[in-house]
Amino acid sequence: MRIANMKNTVILCAALTANAALAQDDMSHHDHGAPADSYPTPPVDSYPAQQGATRNLEHAPDSPDHVMDHEVLLTKVTFDQLEVRENDGGALKGDLWFGSDRNKLWLKTEWERDEGETEKAELHALYSRAIAPYWDLQMGVRHDFETESDSRNWGVIGFNGLAPYFFEVDSALFVGEDGDTALRLEAEYELLFTQQWILSPEIEADFFGQNDRDAGTGSGLSDIELGLRLRYEFTPQFAPYVGVHYEKKFGNAADFARDEGEHTSITSWVIGLHAWF
Amino acid sequence: MKRRNSPQFELPQLSRRRFVTGMAAGAALLGMPAGLSASAPRAGAAPQTLRGNQFDLNIGYLPVNYTGRERTAVAVNGSVPGPILRWKEGQTVTLNVTNHLAHDTSIHWHGIILPSNMDGVPGLSFNGIRPGETFTYQFQLSQSGTYWYHSHSDFQEQQGLYGSIVIDPADADPVAYDRDYVVLLSDWSDESPHDIYAKLKKEGHYYNRRRRTAGDLWREVKEKGVAATWRDREMWNMMRMSDRDISDVTGYTYTFLMNGQTPDANWTALFRKGEKVRLRFINGAAMSIFDIRIPGLKMTVVATDGQNIEPVTVDEFRIGVAETYDVIVEPDGDSAYTLFAQTIDRSGFARGTLTSEPGLQAAVPPMDYAPVLTHRDMGMGHGAHAGMAGMGGMDHSQHDMGTMDHNQHDMGTMDHSQHDMGGMDHSQHDMGTMDHSQHDMGTMDHSQHDMGTMDHSQHDMGTMDHSQHNMDGMDHSQHQVGAQGYSLHGGRSELGGMQGVWFTDNLGRAGHGSNSPIVHLPSEYGFGVDMRSEMPMSGLHDPGIGLRDHGSRYGRRVLNYGDIRNLTPTIDRREPTRELQLHLTGNMERYMWSMDGIKFNDAEPLMLKYGERIRITLVNDTMMTHPIHLHGMWSELETGDAEYIPRKHTILVQPGSKISYLVTADAYGRWAYHCHLLYHMPGMFREVRVV
Repeated sequence: MRIANMKNTVILCAALTANAALAQDDMSHHDHGAPADSYPTPPVDSYPAQQGATRNLEHAPDSPDHVMDHEVLLTKVTFDQLEVRENDGGALKGDLWFGSDRNKLWLKTEWERDEGETEKAELHALYSRAIAPYWDLQMGVRHDFETESDSRNWGVIGFNGLAPYFFEVDSALFVGEDGDTALRLEAEYELLFTQQWILSPEIEADFFGQNDRDAGTGSGLSDIELGLRLRYEFTPQFAPYVGVHYEKKFGNAADFARDEGEHTSITSWVIGLHAWF
Repeated sequence: MKRRNSPQFELPQLSRRRFVTGMAAGAALLGMPAGLSASAPRAGAAPQTLRGNQFDLNIGYLPVNYTGRERTAVAVNGSVPGPILRWKEGQTVTLNVTNHLAHDTSIHWHGIILPSNMDGVPGLSFNGIRPGETFTYQFQLSQSGTYWYHSHSDFQEQQGLYGSIVIDPADADPVAYDRDYVVLLSDWSDESPHDIYAKLKKEGHYYNRRRRTAGDLWREVKEKGVAATWRDREMWNMMRMSDRDISDVTGYTYTFLMNGQTPDANWTALFRKGEKVRLRFINGAAMSIFDIRIPGLKMTVVATDGQNIEPVTVDEFRIGVAETYDVIVEPDGDSAYTLFAQTIDRSGFARGTLTSEPGLQAAVPPMDYAPVLTHRDMGMGHGAHAGMAGMGGMDHSQHDMGTMDHNQHDMGTMDHSQHDMGGMDHSQHDMGTMDHSQHDMGTMDHSQHDMGTMDHSQHDMGTMDHSQHNMDGMDHSQHQVGAQGYSLHGGRSELGGMQGVWFTDNLGRAGHGSNSPIVHLPSEYGFGVDMRSEMPMSGLHDPGIGLRDHGSRYGRRVLNYGDIRNLTPTIDRREPTRELQLHLTGNMERYMWSMDGIKFNDAEPLMLKYGERIRITLVNDTMMTHPIHLHGMWSELETGDAEYIPRKHTILVQPGSKISYLVTADAYGRWAYHCHLLYHMPGMFREVRVV
């Protein structure tokens, strides 16, 4: 229990053992309900000891319900981007986490549509563990919903947090069931014009370890997405925005797109909502 | 009044929304559809004064409306604040507290010396008071002065469960006055405290409406140039911290109350010309530190935390959450004066009026400039600037700031024995060679450079400027047990309990503070701690962030802890036998708070031996100002005079600073020891057990 928790704090082992022994000793006194006056009178330097004073150690249980014991489990739902795009497009990028300071269940979703077709539909289910003041290590699975081919599953390991200069970073390595690999790097920044007008540039880059004509992804750098969104925070939790979204495919991915008669890059205006609760 | 002369502090006024002063404007500003529940704010019932030694206190719900929206408060005997309890020293008081709430409750008698089972802390003193139950508190009063009471359950303190206590002395009061008033300050939010806490956990800067903007950056570049601006910003950017993060919860959600009245409702006290009026200021806020002044009147501070002190006359003083200050004012005309209590971050104020004629009121002054944190507030010393990489190699024999070697990073090579200023030639402290333009002197109290009046602990070069830009890059190997003379139990390992940094040698004289080196335990290097003060300065003579230049800027005399001397001689004259160095730690991004990097949930009690006298040195490894409250025993603040050590129950610890006080463990039992900022309490909390 408590002792186990303390191991996390990397306190010297020897001292820890001694402490555990003393803690147990202390417990046994509680259990037997030893009367206070059976304790030997403590040596108190030159301080006059209270005559007959009780030690006042046993008024309350050891597992009380009070303000300082709040280890609250919270849930945060974020719609980072919920937007309509030009050319019959749209996107939803959001996440939900539930848990404590250290451990969280973290769900992420990305859904993108362009010219009426679903381009991307992902759901990540991750275990997130705080490992450094600004960083969480995240592990779990990702499921891609495919409309035209088989859906795919990936294993995920990544880092999520705040890099120096206040860049919000989400990076993950994916390994598919068939041994496919992919890497995604995302970074976002917030530039405040005022407390309420906030400009947010964003970059996402996808790398793959192999070509996949069905998915339209190519080995190496496959595609880059750039976004620039200007939002107005009516409250920190409710902020509509306008912006521009740019996507470009590279290398083999670009070739696959050309073969399909699709554009290799696209620029679209967006309008949407950033919100959390 | 002098206008601000440093453009560094210019802030875009529009970015700071006007906090709700009691008008029905709040709804729209919080993004709620206006008019849904808006109605005219109502002034709450003034708290009654209850006298005697038998009291029935009923805790229940109370409809209130401070901002134009109907809300439910938690009240004692139907008022917020609860009744003023007027007691008499030497008497035994009996308080029957009945819980009419749907949840557990409790009352803690803040600052009262009593048996631990009467202290009112659920889980330590007793089990709390269940709904429908009555708990009877009974204790004898061995002290006099101004105190207060509040709930120690859940976040009820934010919801209105607080009130004041005045204990009249058994003998003649050494303070002469013709009339007295309690001035209880607090903060009210229309949001539930649980929502506030959740928002902070999800977005730590939620209530900070002064975050840096592109405009600020542009102004700075124009003033200082690109290079200097880059250097200044670099460290904050690397550390991912905001130098404008002064208060976690601000006027964005708070309405600040004086005796339960909004600034618009204007709590008013009367006096007759020529009278000496004693104002008993109590900070009963959940999260708000106030700076108090009465334009046009000098205030003579005669007591703090209920204890009489040698009178000090000031124009302004800071009152931390849970502190109390008694001041005497002598208005000599038939006129009105504004009691002005602005918050530390200047996001709002509480206000009342002291007048000789009902209905008269004085102008409400504008708030002062809003402070910005400096490197000093990160424990990097007051002279550090962003260009310095580290000062570990400075020449200790000559404190010429101009000769420091900025290139050494290895803090491990420092010989701490050289920090003993006893053998130093003060004439060599050539501060004159400092390049003031490079150092962020804007917010400094220049009086601290007066070599004649300086406190030695501030001179201690160990506390100055060994700044490390990248705190993460430190060599941790230097923190080995033994190397710096500390142990984990301070020679009392038989007591068990929490391990900490305990010193037993070279403690320094009682009353003069700590000589010990700063040690960060391994537990401080976890994900819950975002900063460690490597070279914290003493906070003793520091009036605090935002007040340091009020002397030079506005000509105001501002109180600092170094000014405080007890009125009567120190009672326990023993030297401390051991010293606990406890670090206040946290992570603003994750909104986690702790001591030594360990949250209350994971902490064992701090064990003290009944009768022993110890020193506690608090090191603030955060950028917030924390009011630290020890229950059951006095915190005897070491202000440099062993003969007249002031006794306090709550001590403000400045950001990136340290402060020391003595504690005589003269009360058996289990006691709470914690930061009094309500939303820091879940983590920055320890049990102290005296056995």
